[in-house]
Amino acid sequence: MKVLFFASVRERLGCAEMEFSAGSEEMTTESLREALMSRGGEAWQEALGQPNLVCAVNQTVVSDVAQLASDDEVAFFPPVTGG
Amino acid sequence: MFSVSLQQGDFDPGSLENALRSGNADVGAIACFTGYVRRDPQRPQLTGLSIEHYEGMTEKTIEASLVEASTRWPLESARVVHRVGPLDVGDRIVWVGVSSSHRSAAFAACEFIMDTLKTTAPLWKRELGLPGDPWVEAQAQDRLRAARWRKENL
Repeated sequence: MKVLFFASVRERLGCAEMEFSAGSEEMTTESLREALMSRGGEAWQEALGQPNLVCAVNQTVVSDVAQLASDDEVAFFPPVTGG
Repeated sequence: MFSVSLQQGDFDPGSLENALRSGNADVGAIACFTGYVRRDPQRPQLTGLSIEHYEGMTEKTIEASLVEASTRWPLESARVVHRVGPLDVGDRIVWVGVSSSHRSAAFAACEFIMDTLKTTAPLWKRELGLPGDPWVEAQAQDRLRAARWRKENL
């Protein structure tokens, strides 16, 4: 699946976009976040561990843990500040 | 009837307002809001803002707020223009325009759309001219303003 990062999260990770392959495992937004945190090291733990992190699946914000499919687009970003 | 534009360049509020009416004789009221990059007297080094967005989702999220506004108030049309990229102090950032038969719907929908945009549209500002160009933190007062509309709906 495609994983996107924005704003301060993107900057801390030094990564705007990546492909994540879950193999045959069932993935949720929460297990994806944990997998990225454990793979990526300290910056990833810090950026993806922040309590106010927002997650969107296929460009819709999800407030609870959501099941993921292999062709989903998942994004992690900080609270929005437009306008 | 409903449209959203994300663009780097400036816009002309007068032309946008005229286009919103566009000869529709049912329009009795148009409410418009323009947001600007303001200076901060406490931090004179601040020269501007840079705005990042999530292409596709930003447009979709704002469009959904226009559709929601049209279910709450009788609207003729609604339009949002939001700039992205680097902006200087004094530049326009965002424009919201709403047309309706009567002013109460136009005023309320315009404010609703702006409050919803600020708390749901994936847009992020960073401050230019300050060390490290810091990202702007989300404001609790913006969340409270947006939450007001949920309460009024009960």
